[in-house]
Amino acid sequence: MTTLLKPPPALDERVGKRGMVSNLLGRPEIGALVGAIVLFIFFSIVAPVFLQANSFATVLYGSSTIGIMAVGVALLMIGGEFDLSAGVAVISSALTASLFSWYFSVNVWVGVGLALVVSLAIGFVNGWILMKTKLPSFIVTLATFLMLTGLNLALTRLIGGSVATPSIATMDGFASAQAVFANDFTIAGVDLKSPVFIWIILVAITSWLLLRTRVGNWIFAVGGDENAARAVGVPVKWTKIGLFMGVGFCGWVLGMHNLFAFDAVQSGEGIGNEFLYIIAAVIGGCLLTGGYGSAIGGAIGAFIFGMANKGIVYAQWNPDWFKFFLGLMLLLATIVNLIVKRRADSK
Amino acid sequence: MTANDMNSNETAKHAAGPTGTGPTIDQETLLQNETDPLTHTPVHLMELEGVGKHYGNIIALTEVTMAVDMGRVTCVLGDNGAGKSTLIKIIAGLHQHDEGTFKIMGQERKLTSPREALDSGIAAVYQDLAVVGLMPIWRNFFLGSEITTGRGPFRRLDVKAMKEITKNELADMGIDLRDVEQPIGQLSGGERQCVAIARAVHFGAKALILDEPTAALGVKQSGVVLRYILQARDRGLGVIFITHNPHHAFPVGDRFLLLKRGKSIGYYDKKDITLDELTAQMAGGAELAELAHELEALGSHGDLAQELEAEVAETAGQLPH
Ligand SMILES: Nc1ncnc2c1ncn2[C@@H]1O[C@H](COP(=O)(O)OP(=O)(O)OP(=O)(O)O)[C@@H](O)[C@H]1O
Ligand SMILES: [Mg+2]
Repeated sequence: MTTLLKPPPALDERVGKRGMVSNLLGRPEIGALVGAIVLFIFFSIVAPVFLQANSFATVLYGSSTIGIMAVGVALLMIGGEFDLSAGVAVISSALTASLFSWYFSVNVWVGVGLALVVSLAIGFVNGWILMKTKLPSFIVTLATFLMLTGLNLALTRLIGGSVATPSIATMDGFASAQAVFANDFTIAGVDLKSPVFIWIILVAITSWLLLRTRVGNWIFAVGGDENAARAVGVPVKWTKIGLFMGVGFCGWVLGMHNLFAFDAVQSGEGIGNEFLYIIAAVIGGCLLTGGYGSAIGGAIGAFIFGMANKGIVYAQWNPDWFKFFLGLMLLLATIVNLIVKRRADSK
Repeated sequence: MTANDMNSNETAKHAAGPTGTGPTIDQETLLQNETDPLTHTPVHLMELEGVGKHYGNIIALTEVTMAVDMGRVTCVLGDNGAGKSTLIKIIAGLHQHDEGTFKIMGQERKLTSPREALDSGIAAVYQDLAVVGLMPIWRNFFLGSEITTGRGPFRRLDVKAMKEITKNELADMGIDLRDVEQPIGQLSGGERQCVAIARAVHFGAKALILDEPTAALGVKQSGVVLRYILQARDRGLGVIFITHNPHHAFPVGDRFLLLKRGKSIGYYDKKDITLDELTAQMAGGAELAELAHELEALGSHGDLAQELEAEVAETAGQLPH
């Protein structure tokens, strides 16, 4: 990112001086950043335990389980689409890995590999149907959401005979897979879990992808104006399909964490989580209409989610307040984003 | 890959110089025998024969025949809804024709995407400009044809080069941009149009298509665009120039295709038609009475037309009238 910091060119006299502050205000994630700081200070005051390293690590872990998905969902939203199947697709991925390995008694890594293929395929099918039919992604992914919900329940009962998958804890490869997807690290006395690292790496890679690669340029373009993008030669269809597959990939990562953090999966889980991912992305500055947003914003959105979620526990309040906080943050952050967007899009 | 090709092309273009110090084209012989001035072979850069297009049950274009040569300007004129944009969208790969043949360098083609057209060296300025309002100017300029550095997974945008080229290309057009980081949606309509034109001029390696490029422009910028058309022609590009304004078309055009309600109502070489005839043809016989008024209204552009005609004569030697 140091390449960004080059000496400013001689400015036109029609450009007013823009200080650091107003430059910062032009960023998509500003609303979320302000919200995150306010929330952090707030919880530090009402619940001093919040500031301890280990509770902070817990907040980060909670954030990462939303944040990993928010990365894919934020990119998809910048590309102008929604994915309502993202929540249950996480569980589909975990179920695939666990049921396949268990049923065929193979090394769990085979199941993990198959789950990746299935997750990417779900994304591909979502994107492909969308591009073929030109239907809104809301409808297409609502349909896949319902189908996956049904498949998760039906197939789990059919294969495993229960609503939860049988335990795979004693199977070959379980320990090594757990070491990757659900490990505990103790760094300087602080317990950190592997999804936190995966999350940070994902955010870093996608930020770079968005801002500094051709594909990133195309993602903004297909979300901003699909027809214009097509007219100048952007591969619109493949960009969008790729974005859905990206959500699939994130779903696979989180699904594998869910599976290996325990050793079994509840087939009915995941429903409703798609909204948490979308909320994180929207709080983070992604426009519902596409073409604007950032990966780091989605991460901050997820962090706000994690802080509100755990902060309420540390403050020893009734968790009923959680949804209220989330709603308030969503409202405030989107209002700030709206103001920013009006400035940017003053056609 | 393609971006690199474009690039090398671009440097070649600049080396040749934008004011036509490259291969000079003998307009005289060009108008007599219909051969390609650069390759001296009897093929057209692009050739349409009996091309037709319908959108569902709407017939937008039928039986259109025209040719585009290197170093020549083909003007397409017609009223609103005549099918001009439809025609160029077929050439630019945005739509596909249902009837007739479309040849590039003598080879029959049906372009399935604008990418394919760009790879064949055809760049277009669309009437609706095709810019993404929320994206910065420089990103719009290079959208779809980005310059990259680095290899493999570390291939990344060459932001510095792209910003510089954008700034320079627009400065060449007389558009002095405040800041290329500005979202393009914040520019004025004419400024946006200039960005779209500068982009097409930059990327059009063989052919340049302009759909009503002067519609939103001031007199100075209109002049710059018409001058650009001449420069592109002198560099050996085939240019298709779409306009409503015969005063803009006549000074720069070598060939004129007149469209009306999706049909060709005339296809002329410059030597076979005068400005008045062209204007009359466009207006149609019945509307001749109105034409007098219209011409008066257009009077303000007369200066520009004269100025440009003088320039045409200057850059291309004497023109047959
Ligand atoms: N996508 C489309 N679907 C249906 N009909 C279309 C479509 N595009 C163009 N048409 C129709 O085709 C006809 C020709 O349109 P076109 O845009 O080519 O006209 P034009 O000559 O460019 O007009 P203008 O001077 O106003 O730009 C019009 O009657 C228009 O309604
Ligand atoms: Mg048109």
